Amino acid sequence: MTPMTGIPKHVEATLSRRNLLKTAGMLVVSFAGGDPREANAQTSTGPYPEVDFHQLDSWIVIHEDNTATFYVGKTDCGQGTGTSFRQIMADELDVAYEKTSLIMGSTDITVDQGGSGGSTAMERESWPMRRVAAEARRVLLQMGSDRLGVAVDRLAVSDGIITVKSDPSKSVTYGQLIGGKKFNVTLTGSSSYATTGRAAVKPVQELKNVGLSPQRYDIPAKVDGSLKWAVDVRLPGMVHARNVKPPFAGAKLVSIDESSVSRLPGFVKVVTKGNYVAVVCEREEQAINAARALKVKWEKPAMAPFPSSENLFQYMREVRPTSSSKPSVTGDPDTVFASAPKVIEADYDVPFQGHTAISPAHAMADPSNGQMTIYSNDMKSYGMRRGVADFLGMPRENVRVVWMEGPQGFGRTAADDAGCEAAYLAKEIGRPVRVQWMRDEETAWDTKAPAFAVRLKGALDAAGNLVAFDYDARAADYNHVGYNEPDTVLIAQLMGIRRAKPADGNAATPSELYAIPNRRLATHVVSLPLIWETPLRTGNLRDPNGPQSAFASESFIDELAAAAKADPFEFRLKLLTSSQAEDSGFKRARSIAVLKAATEAYGWDHRPSPKSRRTGDVLTGRGIAYGVRGQTVVAEVAEVEVNVRTGHVWVKRLVAAHDCGLVINPESLRHTVECAMLHSLSRTLHEEVQFDSEKVTSVDWNSHPTLTHADVPEQIQVVLVNGDPNPNRPDLPPYGAGEAACKPMLAAIGNAIYDATGVRLRRIPFRAPRVLSALRDSHA
Amino acid sequence: MSVTLKVNGKSHTVDADGSTPLLYILRNDLGLQGPRFGCGLGQCGACTVIMNGVATRSCIIPASAAKGEIMTLEGLARNGTLHPVQQAWIDEQVPQCGFCQNGQIMTAKALLDKNPKPTDAQIREGMKGVLCRCMTYYRIQAAIKRAVKTIPAKGGAA
Repeated sequence: MTPMTGIPKHVEATLSRRNLLKTAGMLVVSFAGGDPREANAQTSTGPYPEVDFHQLDSWIVIHEDNTATFYVGKTDCGQGTGTSFRQIMADELDVAYEKTSLIMGSTDITVDQGGSGGSTAMERESWPMRRVAAEARRVLLQMGSDRLGVAVDRLAVSDGIITVKSDPSKSVTYGQLIGGKKFNVTLTGSSSYATTGRAAVKPVQELKNVGLSPQRYDIPAKVDGSLKWAVDVRLPGMVHARNVKPPFAGAKLVSIDESSVSRLPGFVKVVTKGNYVAVVCEREEQAINAARALKVKWEKPAMAPFPSSENLFQYMREVRPTSSSKPSVTGDPDTVFASAPKVIEADYDVPFQGHTAISPAHAMADPSNGQMTIYSNDMKSYGMRRGVADFLGMPRENVRVVWMEGPQGFGRTAADDAGCEAAYLAKEIGRPVRVQWMRDEETAWDTKAPAFAVRLKGALDAAGNLVAFDYDARAADYNHVGYNEPDTVLIAQLMGIRRAKPADGNAATPSELYAIPNRRLATHVVSLPLIWETPLRTGNLRDPNGPQSAFASESFIDELAAAAKADPFEFRLKLLTSSQAEDSGFKRARSIAVLKAATEAYGWDHRPSPKSRRTGDVLTGRGIAYGVRGQTVVAEVAEVEVNVRTGHVWVKRLVAAHDCGLVINPESLRHTVECAMLHSLSRTLHEEVQFDSEKVTSVDWNSHPTLTHADVPEQIQVVLVNGDPNPNRPDLPPYGAGEAACKPMLAAIGNAIYDATGVRLRRIPFRAPRVLSALRDSHA
Repeated sequence: MSVTLKVNGKSHTVDADGSTPLLYILRNDLGLQGPRFGCGLGQCGACTVIMNGVATRSCIIPASAAKGEIMTLEGLARNGTLHPVQQAWIDEQVPQCGFCQNGQIMTAKALLDKNPKPTDAQIREGMKGVLCRCMTYYRIQAAIKRAVKTIPAKGGAA
């Protein structure tokens, strides 16, 4: 039998305890060995009650060796938020960073802080984490005062040691005061986010670890092979499952010939309901083989589920929208367009793009003793717990999700599918089930970023000022999926479950803070014919809809700058400086600062685009774009080489100037910004989900290519504009940093290609044949 | 049916069909989970092991064909000391999620074994088949260049 391996230490204790109590029916599970925290299981009907955010013990444990463990209800998808939480909490608690550890995102032992999403880890959740750490420090100082018989204001604390200021020989450590025992301190606040004690947080200037760059604690185990991931969990009695997806979108299951696999080695069961089909076998390779061998008869839908990807944008422009926003109008754009000396119009298109995580979806579910434990990399583990419980009709107290590391999905696991599938199959089979999707399944059926078709119109006055701007975006985003909802997760859809009203979906408007006197911004959502059980279901992909919208708006601003014969940086600067209006986050002023910083770092040559002299096979150019995500502003400059014989584009150099307020860990932030830029570079040059009118035909890394080592720029430079707390704005808080740098990149590259070649690319991705054909058209 | 493999210097006999891709034997029977499933098609490199000195995609090679010395990520460190490539990965803080890094590290190790002083172009060419969706490529290339400086020359030659 498979031994139990790959289980996080904090879960092992609960499992061994469960084995002891196997015959006792419903379990009372305590926290991991040596952990003084106790669940409120006595009053709960199930083993996994919600963790009480009103208890200080739910957040922080001080151990006898004077170390601290922090429990954070967030998940780190690889951007180092765990390290940053440790830094800022160590500062508030006054312990050394090295003496802290952190547990994230497991629903039975960490407070529901929503998991990760929207780059909000530091922006939002650093606040409750700071407050609980500050409260723990306050309580410990009071205990120290009682122990030493000296008033609190006569005590000093550093690295977990409380000393009497006047006599440093008198001291006591946090560990001596409370190590291994509970705080029993009740906190207040109406939600986990609002949780607070009585202590105030420290002023930013007193945060010692903040602004330093300790190495990420998770990296060594990722490099030496010792880290256990959600894909690595193995349990006694486990079996392996593989799905059999419909070969055509919208296909209906007619019949299954189980005899086609029932004699294969290791066969356990075919599980099917509605159009959901899975094969379960003892060994992994057996499940893969059986899923391939299973004979299933499917019926094609009467109506084509979608137009082919070749015809997508025409369809999107012609179809009647499912919803339209009330346009946001400034001034009187129609009148200005009618009389302006120069009016230009353009259409911009961004196709569906996949999340295409490096590992397909996966999860392990353990159904023993009437409970359900799911080992998962779901970034929103709490949502998965609720979704699975509701889907299976189990009390939520009987379901837990143990969050473990997984492949970066940029929102894929916000709408994770495998967890629900593993739990369903585990309940059916009565044994632990591990599900993993295959590559073709993941690339074709993962959630997609909606395709965008944007129509733009701009007017210049005789002096070349932008006097009117019209942005009209259509997004194929109807029935956008939610977060592991029991009626939108794919297995539920395939089983025929339908929510009463599909989600409306969203398009996006430009994020830039340009002051344009006459402006109209309108958005529409359109639907493809098939809305349920479709491989083109849309979900949140990193800065959802931001890159698509910014590609259109920031490319078009460049077109207007070129039409005005203005330098593209100076044209933007003028649009920002022509207003004095200020906003709560100083975003306009900070936009100006990042644009200036990016051009300075790059060594920007001030001149209109395109370059006047263009000779040889390889043309070079530079482009700029900027964007805002929440309160974070970022400007990016791309330098490109375009081979006019092959159409190949190499982005040789990238510069970002990034301002996300208070920076907790500058090196970690730089790395995240670098990678975010490259992710958008990949979306710009390579990524497009292709389909015919029956099915998605992008099924692997050949048919859905991604950036490779060969594409990597020679130089990437990240300038942290507010890298250390600005003395003039010492209390600028941390803003989101995981996604903002994705937004301007597509336009920056398109603008650089225009600068190099004089040819404007308005359709993503810029694969070589498309670039070549655009270059040829321009000479025709 | 049984399969015998020599992995990280130890011999193992496993009860499995010889047509089973090496990856599943390593991960599920031998508990060596450094190599990971990414595509099962030999396209992404997440499953890379070094077989007889060559970076090899364990997801597409049948276990029965896996003759000779196999090294996985777990076998790279010596007596508790990380291989210079691994150390360079930590020094450059390469990983984001880290899922693909097994393939990146093993491919880089095999590359440097063959060519201890690769040019930038040789690094790009040698690494271009190993995909990373976090896009840590820039740091990976920096780490390889760092490792080049720290790997001791072999046998005192040159």
